[in-house]
Amino acid sequence: MNTVKLTPSQTVGPFFSHALTWLDGPDVVAEDAPGAIWLRGRVFDGAGEPVPDALIESWQADPDGRFDHPDDPRGAVPGFRGYGRSATDDDGRWGIRTLLPGRVPGVDGRLQAPHVDLSVFARGLLDRVVTRVYFADQPSNSDDAVLSALPADRRSTLIAPRSADGYTFDIRLQGERETVFFSL
Amino acid sequence: MIIGYQRDPGGTHPPLASPGYGSTVLRAPTQEPVLLPHTLTEVTGPVLGEGRVLPTDHDLTRQHDGEPLGERIIVHGRVLDSDGRAVPDTLVELWQANSAGRYAHVRDQHPAPLDPNFTGVGRCLTDSTGRYRFVTIKPGAYPWRNHENAWRATHLHFSLFGRAFVQRLVTQMYFPGDPLFHQDPIYLAVPEAARSRMISSFDLSETVPEWALAFRFDIFLRGREQTPMEHQ
Repeated sequence: MNTVKLTPSQTVGPFFSHALTWLDGPDVVAEDAPGAIWLRGRVFDGAGEPVPDALIESWQADPDGRFDHPDDPRGAVPGFRGYGRSATDDDGRWGIRTLLPGRVPGVDGRLQAPHVDLSVFARGLLDRVVTRVYFADQPSNSDDAVLSALPADRRSTLIAPRSADGYTFDIRLQGERETVFFSL
Repeated sequence: MIIGYQRDPGGTHPPLASPGYGSTVLRAPTQEPVLLPHTLTEVTGPVLGEGRVLPTDHDLTRQHDGEPLGERIIVHGRVLDSDGRAVPDTLVELWQANSAGRYAHVRDQHPAPLDPNFTGVGRCLTDSTGRYRFVTIKPGAYPWRNHENAWRATHLHFSLFGRAFVQRLVTQMYFPGDPLFHQDPIYLAVPEAARSRMISSFDLSETVPEWALAFRFDIFLRGREQTPMEHQ
């Protein structure tokens, strides 16, 4: 039970990019980090138009499936930021440079497939929407508990295909192939 | 052992589909969100701040050569979880329009003057008891095109990280007694009983004599579940 009342969410609005973007925002890892990949995509609205005023934030484990965070019961592994943020450009494009995450235990202790949590903020979104990126060439996708629980026809919206320099993950806020969003 | 976070109780957040706010119509997802269990990815989160916050970042009136125009104010409060526990050492980001109601953002075309001494962007870290404090200028109201003669209620934007991905929150702080509330669909999208939680209170005790009024805004993020979930 909540003993106090939570603060409600409000939209990030259209005029945030001068405040919430950082020069190194997209750099979860440095350019010369061994194994660096680009996770890139576009954000589309229900009319199929690109969303030019969205903010994408990412959170993920390091390649060993560990977090630089005091609540990782296996002990924090310092050095991997794990977090990226990228505003979309006029064509709705975003991108972060990162490493492929390792496998992280799920609530039942079974390992999950490698994934990156994403938050999407935008004008017109009164609360963030949350999704997860999975990677197309990972065999463990087939027995991931979260992916397996989704209807087969929607599961593919979370699976990022390979691209020239990493993986591609487009986000469709509405429409025929609306991305699966999660409630936390 | 992973201890998850409490789920948001109904009646807290605005529904994504709130057609009074026109921009939601093509952007709010239409499918029901899928319940995501709180695994390690969700109960951890970015620990930001070190090296990101400069000594002047909390004082938006001292970021340029001169002082910005407008009514100087102090905005302070605590970041707490829903069990009343402080959220220490967490990054708080703030951004806002200037006193004329104009953002220092390239896309803001409202014909009100920019202030060369005001960017309207601040950040700070909460202290060990969850306290934060900004010095800034009271923003002006500004029009938008949502409906006929539409004006945003005066607000500051806040961004909070907490200590876990599930605690991330972006919200807006309002000022008491604003006459624009009743026609602002962004404010009104929040369930009625929860709206007052977004309104700061005038704080005479922190008001600095002959210098600046103070407003208090406490922010409550989700707390942890009481019962640990099993984890091998």
